[in-house]
Amino acid sequence: MKIRLENVVKTFETFRAVKDVSLDIDSGELVALLGPSGSGKTTILRMVAGLEYSDGGTIHFGDQDATDIPVRDRGVGFVFQHYALFPHMTVADNIAFGMKVSKVKRDKAAIDARVTDLLRLVRLEGLGDRFPAQISGGQRQRVALARALAVDPKVLLLDEPFGALDANVRRDLRRWLREIHSELGITTLFVTHDQEEALDLADRVVILKDGQIVQQGTPEEVCRDPQSAFVMKFLGDANVIAAEVRDGRAYAGDVSVEAQGVADGRAELYARPSDLDWSHAGPGIAATISRVLDRADGRRVLATTVASETLEFDVEPERIVKAGEAGFVTLRRAKVFPV
Amino acid sequence: MSTLATRKKPPRVGDNPIFRRSLIGIVLVLVAFVIVAPLIIIGVEAFSKGWATYRDTIIHPDTLHAIMLTVLAALIAVPVNTAFGIAAAWAITKFDFWGKRFLLVLIEIPFSVSPIVAGVAYLFVYGLQGLFGPLLDAWDIKILFAIPGIVIASMFVTAPFVARELIPLMQAQGRDLEEAATSLGASGFRTFLSVTLPNVKWALLYGVILCNARVMGEFGAVSVVSGNIRGQTNTLPLHIELLYHDYQAAGAFASASILALLAVFTIIAKVLLERQGAGRVRKTANPAEKTS
Repeated sequence: MKIRLENVVKTFETFRAVKDVSLDIDSGELVALLGPSGSGKTTILRMVAGLEYSDGGTIHFGDQDATDIPVRDRGVGFVFQHYALFPHMTVADNIAFGMKVSKVKRDKAAIDARVTDLLRLVRLEGLGDRFPAQISGGQRQRVALARALAVDPKVLLLDEPFGALDANVRRDLRRWLREIHSELGITTLFVTHDQEEALDLADRVVILKDGQIVQQGTPEEVCRDPQSAFVMKFLGDANVIAAEVRDGRAYAGDVSVEAQGVADGRAELYARPSDLDWSHAGPGIAATISRVLDRADGRRVLATTVASETLEFDVEPERIVKAGEAGFVTLRRAKVFPV
Repeated sequence: MSTLATRKKPPRVGDNPIFRRSLIGIVLVLVAFVIVAPLIIIGVEAFSKGWATYRDTIIHPDTLHAIMLTVLAALIAVPVNTAFGIAAAWAITKFDFWGKRFLLVLIEIPFSVSPIVAGVAYLFVYGLQGLFGPLLDAWDIKILFAIPGIVIASMFVTAPFVARELIPLMQAQGRDLEEAATSLGASGFRTFLSVTLPNVKWALLYGVILCNARVMGEFGAVSVVSGNIRGQTNTLPLHIELLYHDYQAAGAFASASILALLAVFTIIAKVLLERQGAGRVRKTANPAEKTS
């Protein structure tokens, strides 16, 4: 099912949570709404679900105007951040709930068969008799997904689906959700504030700030070509280096990078920790190492430049670097944004 | 004995032995004098003139009528206040509306106002010289000094009980479960019956029991509006007072023992329910248990 949001607006009291958002989601696409807290991403998701109503604009499901269809009749599967499993029902009863209350009557055998199928799909065979309190967080998440899928939703909506889980479980569930999505091909929209999650899982990432879309594209597009300092900073660690733009090049210390299309004058270089390196000889930005943080996959170096900027970068595990060492930070690549 | 155990350790915070013992001692003494002793006296005094007197008091028509009236008041006031409590808790916890905080305060008023004030107030609203007095008189509706007055007074006094139990719980539960049920296609009524209600049922039952105990024991407000007509508008607490003023101490205690028994049953029911509630949690924590 195709989803189309057109100029959607939502105001809470006096706070404009969503400002004029337009978004197209293709049938079968897996899209992430990514943004910091307060960026309006959950509000957009809840409006698509029908749990909130927009103050302006329209939401179409396919050719149907769904803007004012109540959640009960909208045919969406919604997975809540804290799962919202019914604590007094078993896992099987939770999954069956939607089928039992449905206007489409099913007999008990059909419901049981579907529950068994779904339990197999979410790899929880044999746990149908448990109560939500008796299973782990990751299992609850999968029950919540099975429950949402049980009613054959046209659209699957997930609010911070892995927010409450620990890192390893999140990674597993992410890959698994991707597999389920390719298997079922259901149009899926999910909300997250975790850029890694969005990039890992989604076909397309929609980045939001203050109730507006600031950039959208495939994970490759948004990572390789961030269009603003905000997107650059939000997608990962970034070093900010003051620079001067002259005739399409940005200069900082002894180094310069290409800066086509940036007006002459003050600007900022944005570089990922992996875009920088350390060298004893120039050219580079003269700096002194202030700390070395050892990590599982390498060494993170904190260095202070002569201009008192702190730069962070990674070097290979074998590299010998010590606090107090003076040298040069070299630049492999950087993005330039005007100040 | 290990060296660890023999080492003299300073007490943990708040675990000073003298403080602990004196605190427990004071509480036990107070409970004995204030709660246990009167209960024992009721039992002893009720049977002081023998079993026959006790039985005669209980089966006396006035006593039986008082018991009947008390139970009737409870049968009407408790369901009405339960419905009111659920509605109020639902409105306050699931909706946002103007004056919500004020409503919360209003619901609490019967807790803070002396029941006798409520009784007197009803007198001025429904009494012959009261606000609606002439109107009610013209229509020949008797509220005061009759059963409706007793029921209304009881309802006023016990209005907050159910709501008070439900509001904190429903506030903590939030709207997620209802939203989930609705997104799965459940109607509002279905959501209430199969999602909201099961999750508050222990708190609800507890509120109902407290409400019931209070209705049966209510004296102040009922005493003002009922008119104390023996065999007609005397509830059990009023009947006890009447017997006592008639110098029928044994009879008063016998009737009091009935009321005390009702209270004890209430407490037992409450404890059993709490066990049930706790047992449900224990059961769900035990994966081996087959629960479907």
